[in-house]
Amino acid sequence: MKIKNIIITFVSAIAILFSTSVVSLAKVVGDKIILGAAISLTGKYSSNGVHTQNGYNMAVDRINSMGGVKVGGKTYMFDIIYYDDESNPKRAAQLAERLISQDGVEFMLGPYSSGLTKAIAPVTEKYGVPMVEANGASRSLFTKGYKYLFAVLAPANLYLDVAIRTAVELNGGKGVRIAQAFEQDAFSQDVRLGILDAAKETGSKIIIDDKLPKELNDMAATLAKVKATKPDVLVVSGHTKGALTAIRQIAEMKVDVPMLAMTHCDAAKLSKQHGANSQYALCASQWHKTLTYKDDFFTDGMTYDADFTKEFGYAPPYQAAESSAALLVFKDAFERAGSFDQKKVRDALAATNMQTFYGNIKFAEGGQNVDKPMVLFQVMCDDAGKCENKVVAPLKWASAELIHPIPKWSDR
Amino acid sequence: MDFLIFQVPMLTVQAVLDGLLLGILFALIAYGMALQWGVMNIINIAQGDLVILGGYIAYFMYLYGIHPAWGVIVSPIIMYFVGVIIYKLVINKVVDRDLFISILATFGISILFMQLMNFAFGADVVLANSGYGTTMLFDNSVTLPNSKIFSAFISIVFAIGLVIYMKKSKLGRAIRATAQNARAAKILGVDTEKVYAATFGINAALCGVAGALISITFTIHPYMGLPYTIRSFMIVIVAGLGNLPGVAISGMGLGVFEEFADYILGTEFRIGSVFLLLVLILVYRRFKLSKKREYLK
Repeated sequence: MKIKNIIITFVSAIAILFSTSVVSLAKVVGDKIILGAAISLTGKYSSNGVHTQNGYNMAVDRINSMGGVKVGGKTYMFDIIYYDDESNPKRAAQLAERLISQDGVEFMLGPYSSGLTKAIAPVTEKYGVPMVEANGASRSLFTKGYKYLFAVLAPANLYLDVAIRTAVELNGGKGVRIAQAFEQDAFSQDVRLGILDAAKETGSKIIIDDKLPKELNDMAATLAKVKATKPDVLVVSGHTKGALTAIRQIAEMKVDVPMLAMTHCDAAKLSKQHGANSQYALCASQWHKTLTYKDDFFTDGMTYDADFTKEFGYAPPYQAAESSAALLVFKDAFERAGSFDQKKVRDALAATNMQTFYGNIKFAEGGQNVDKPMVLFQVMCDDAGKCENKVVAPLKWASAELIHPIPKWSDR
Repeated sequence: MDFLIFQVPMLTVQAVLDGLLLGILFALIAYGMALQWGVMNIINIAQGDLVILGGYIAYFMYLYGIHPAWGVIVSPIIMYFVGVIIYKLVINKVVDRDLFISILATFGISILFMQLMNFAFGADVVLANSGYGTTMLFDNSVTLPNSKIFSAFISIVFAIGLVIYMKKSKLGRAIRATAQNARAAKILGVDTEKVYAATFGINAALCGVAGALISITFTIHPYMGLPYTIRSFMIVIVAGLGNLPGVAISGMGLGVFEEFADYILGTEFRIGSVFLLLVLILVYRRFKLSKKREYLK
C-alpha cells in the first residue's frame, strides 16, 4: 500500500512537472515575445547589472507603448524573464541553461560584463539561441566563431585606440612614449592589446607596461615610475577601482603627464568623487548623450538621458544606453525576419544595418558592432569646481576642444 | 623584471617611505589579529571584512559632510559593539573548539559580511577625500600623501595606547592573564567570557580605525577585505604570537617588501610575493625546528 502511494505521488509529480513545462515551453505566448536574461542583481557587478536591467526595461516599455513588434501582420509585446546570476559566471551559465531548457526561452539578452557573457555564449550557441548582448566587449568573444552572438557595443581593443592616435596626431604624427597599467582581467587585457596594436601602427614606444592585480588599491609604484620616466601618455584600465585609485594617487603624488586616458570613468563617477582632481582625464565611452545619433523610439541621446533620469532618478551611464539599444536591434530583426524561427531571426540579426540613439549598428562576422566608433570625453571643470564630461574625440562628434597638454600640478 | 628602481635612487627612497607608511597601517590590523589569536586561539578570516566595514562608517560620515578623519574615533566605537555582537552570536560557540572550526566559522562570517555590505552599500568602489594635500621631498621627486602620513601617525597612537591599556588597566591585565592560562585565570576569578568578548571587540575596534584610515588613503569595496586578512595573517606568522614589537617590525618589513616586489617584479606579483614569502618563512621555520628537536620520523 505504502509503495503504491509512493508510486502514485511520484508519477503525479512528474506529470505536474511536465504539464507546467509544457505551458511555459514557448517563447511567444499569445501576443508576447518572451526574452530571457541572466543579470547580476547581486554580487560585485550589481551596480552595473542594475543599469543593464534598467536599460532593458526602459526599452521594453518604450517599444511596447509605441505599438510593439509587428511580425507576420500581428503585433507582439516584449517581455523579459530575469534571473540573478549573482555576478558568478558558473551561475550565469546554469541560468542560461535553465532559461532555454526549462523556461523555453528562444531569444536571449546578454548579462553584464565580458566574463559572464563568455560563460553564457557557449550555452546559447549550443542551443542555437540568438543572443543580443550589450555589455560584453572582450575581443575573445568575437574570435570564437560564434554564430548566434551579437554585440551592440564596440570591442574592447578599440576603447583607447582613439587616445593613442590623437596623441600621435598632436605630436605632429610622430610616435609617442606610452606608460600603461592594466588590470589582469579579460576586458582590460583586451584594451591593452588594442593599445599595443595602435602603438605598433603609429611607431609609438611603450615604456611602462604594468599589470594591476584584481584586488588593486595602490598604484603608487606605477605612478612613481611614471614620474621618473615622463611618458607622453598614461593609459589606465582597471574598472572603477582603477579609475578612482589612479586619479586619487595622481593628484596626491602630483604626477605630471601630458595626456591621461582611462576607462570606466562613467561608472566611477570620477568628477563626483574626486571633483577638480579628475579634471583633464580622458575617458573612453561607448556612448555620450550629446552624440547626434537618432531613432524613432528614443529620439536622440539628450531625450534618452532626460527620459531615463525621469524614470530611474539618475542619469543613464552608457551601460544602460547600450542595453536599451539591444532591444531596438531585436525588434528590428524580428520584423525583418517576419518569423520567430531562430535561424531566420539569427540571419536577420546578422544583416542588421540601422541607426539607434546609441549609435549605428552593423555586425561583423564575429558578431561585434563595427559601425560605431568609441568616443573620448574629457572631464572639464569650471572655476566653481563643477565638472562635466565633454566629448573631444573623434572630431566629428566633439562638443569641446581637447585640452592638451594637461597643465602641470604646480600651475593649477 | 624591471630594475628602474635601482637606476633612479629617488625611487628607492619613495619605495621605502611608501612601504613603511603602508606597513604601519598593516601592523595595526595585524595587531588586532595577534591579540585575539593569542587570547582566544581563533584565526579570524573575517578580519579584512571588519576593516572594510570600518571604512564604510568613515565613508558615510564623509557623505554626510563630516570630515572622514573623525572616523578614526567613531568607527572603532561602533565596531567594538559589532565585535562583541559577533562574539556573542558565533564566536563564543567555537572558542574552545578546534582551530579548524573557528576558521570555518569566521570564513562564514566573512562571506556573510561581504554579501551584507554589498546589499546595504552597493557594489560601487568608494573613497573619502581628506583633502590633506601632499608633502614633497627632495625637490618634488619624492611625494608623500599627507593622508598616508596621517594614517601611520594614528596607527602608532592607537598601538601605543593599547599597549599601555593592556599593561595598566584591570581589563588589560585580565586579557593578558587569560592569554597565558585561561583555566588558571578563571579559577582566580577572571570572567573569561567577558574577557573574550572584550578582546574580540577590541580587535574589531582596531579594524574600525584601520578601515577609516584606508577609506581616506585607498578605496573601499565590499569584496576588498581578503588581502587585508592575508597580510595581517602573514605579519602575525612572521612576528609570532604575543610579540607586539615584532608585529610592528614585521608589518613595516612587509610594507617595504611589497613595494620592492611591485617595482621589480611588477604590480601583478605584489600579493603573490606576499604568499611566496609566507611559504618560505613557514618552510624555514620548520627547517629550524627540525634541527633543534629530535623527534620520531
